Amino acid sequence: MTLQQQKALKLDDPDVTLWRDVRESYVAPIEPVAMNSAADARAELTSSPRRLAVDVRNVSLTFETADGKVDALSNVSLQIADGEFVSFIGPSGCGKTTMLRVIADLQQPTSGTLLVNGVSAEQARLERRYGYVFQAPALFPWRTIEKNLKLPLEIMGFSDSEQRQRAARYLALVNLTGFERKFPWQLSGGMQQRVSIARALSFDPELLLMDEPFGALDEIVRDHLNEQLLQLWDKTGKTVLFVTHSIPEAVFLSTKIVVMSPRPGRIIDIIDCNFPRVRTLEIRETAEFLKIAQRVRVGLRAGHSYDE
Amino acid sequence: MTSSALSLPVSRAGTLRRHRLVERYAPIVTIVLALIAIWYIGAVLMNLTLVRDGFEREETPYTVSDLIEGTMSAERPLLPAPHQVIGAFVDSVFGYAPTAPRSLIYHSTVTLSATLLGFVLGALLGIALALMIVHSRVLEKSLLPWIICSQMVPILALAPIFVVALGAMGLQGLLPKSIISAYLSFFPITIGMVKGFTAPDPMQLDLMRTWSATPRQVLSKLRWPSAVPYLFASLKVAVTISLIGAIVAELPTGAEAGIGARLLAGSYYGQIIQIWSALLAAAILASGLIALVDLTERGVARQMGTRS
Repeated sequence: MTLQQQKALKLDDPDVTLWRDVRESYVAPIEPVAMNSAADARAELTSSPRRLAVDVRNVSLTFETADGKVDALSNVSLQIADGEFVSFIGPSGCGKTTMLRVIADLQQPTSGTLLVNGVSAEQARLERRYGYVFQAPALFPWRTIEKNLKLPLEIMGFSDSEQRQRAARYLALVNLTGFERKFPWQLSGGMQQRVSIARALSFDPELLLMDEPFGALDEIVRDHLNEQLLQLWDKTGKTVLFVTHSIPEAVFLSTKIVVMSPRPGRIIDIIDCNFPRVRTLEIRETAEFLKIAQRVRVGLRAGHSYDE
Repeated sequence: MTSSALSLPVSRAGTLRRHRLVERYAPIVTIVLALIAIWYIGAVLMNLTLVRDGFEREETPYTVSDLIEGTMSAERPLLPAPHQVIGAFVDSVFGYAPTAPRSLIYHSTVTLSATLLGFVLGALLGIALALMIVHSRVLEKSLLPWIICSQMVPILALAPIFVVALGAMGLQGLLPKSIISAYLSFFPITIGMVKGFTAPDPMQLDLMRTWSATPRQVLSKLRWPSAVPYLFASLKVAVTISLIGAIVAELPTGAEAGIGARLLAGSYYGQIIQIWSALLAAAILASGLIALVDLTERGVARQMGTRS
């Protein structure tokens, strides 16, 4: 199906299965963007033009509050290619959650343009091209785990058999088979968050947006889930945008780290991580890991993140 | 043979207290017995002057035990003793055929039918108003003040106007009473359901937005289930008010059947005990209705996976 045909589909037609297995050869225009590192420049020139999952250009978002204007985002530009794992790191109030919400069309920027998978953010939301994982699991307490997984599928009009298959498949993907009939309150926080991730993936979006999903969990569970998330990413090949305020987590998980700073919210640094795709927790003690973590910390300090 | 220092004998002293039935019913039974005791004392004290005057008028010698016996078996007491009320109640319930005009069962069914019809109408109206208020800012600002004002006028003043006006239109009997009951019972349901429909937290609403759910889907999959606890709480209030409304509606125009009619007849002919037995019937009716709503709530809560 071409992009035009996809757009002409009635989105609330229950017989239509929005299966986006289309990898079109969309060529991104190679415009001179500010190169933040030599690695970036090399990557842009040597690799074939990959499709851009997210293309942010000069986006700004200003809030009017009782105390005056707040620049949540100030002239932010960013290009994210397909299949990357990008972490946004910064202190509270630096605009990383706002950035994610703008990409998800939950908030609208006051200026600038934004393309998600080649279409506007609103169009991407209407076409259900991304899955969003919040800080809290946000499972519906009156639904069983299986029904919680089926919720987006019901909304999008998948058939009953399709719903059952997908729920079973994605539950297995997060290693929670057997918990279908349980209710959310019977699961621990980590398990609930895994269900939330499975739910975000259940309708096969190309993009996965995660807003500090492991923030409320303890360190041991978080390490375990980090490994699982990487395996998931490796298996499904999605583009993942991950907001965190933990430097080790960001360096461990990502192929690219975006360091942001507050007042006004802007990007300080974009760091490439060239760890192998299959990683274990042991790499956190290697020299290269520490070097990148140090670079992140330098960026945060430069953005006055450690000041009062 | 050594005996273990830690083998404690099983205490049999508290086993009666810990028995399941005793634990559950002992408090309420104690309170009821205490209330009955206070009632007896009140009956003796309040009927004392009445009985003493009666003895002195007949100029018969009397002792203290005569007095006390008299207070508990007076024909027109100020405060009937509990056994008198229960005796009259049992007579009216079991002494006549259920459809006879003197049977308390007959009167109770008349009032009950008006109560239930009014309750159902009030619930439907209340929910419809709540839906309108939640989905439209304009309706919220225009309807809510009127709804609150409607409850300010005492129903005892409104009921005769209603009955007479509806009678002039040709509606008599069950319908005017039900309309008065509905008028009283829609208000707690509207207020409760407005709170319930706006109960889902912003994260859940954002979640529905990321799946671009239609407003109808948000209503059926999120708002309705969130509103269920509020619904049952306001239904319990509404069913009691509906019963009161049905009784009040029977008073002003001299209805011939119903608990209100029994109250009226009792006050016309000075049958205090008849009034009290009718009140007892109303109390039993009210508790029965609340128990029904509570039972339904428990069933629904179990279906919705509430933590028991």
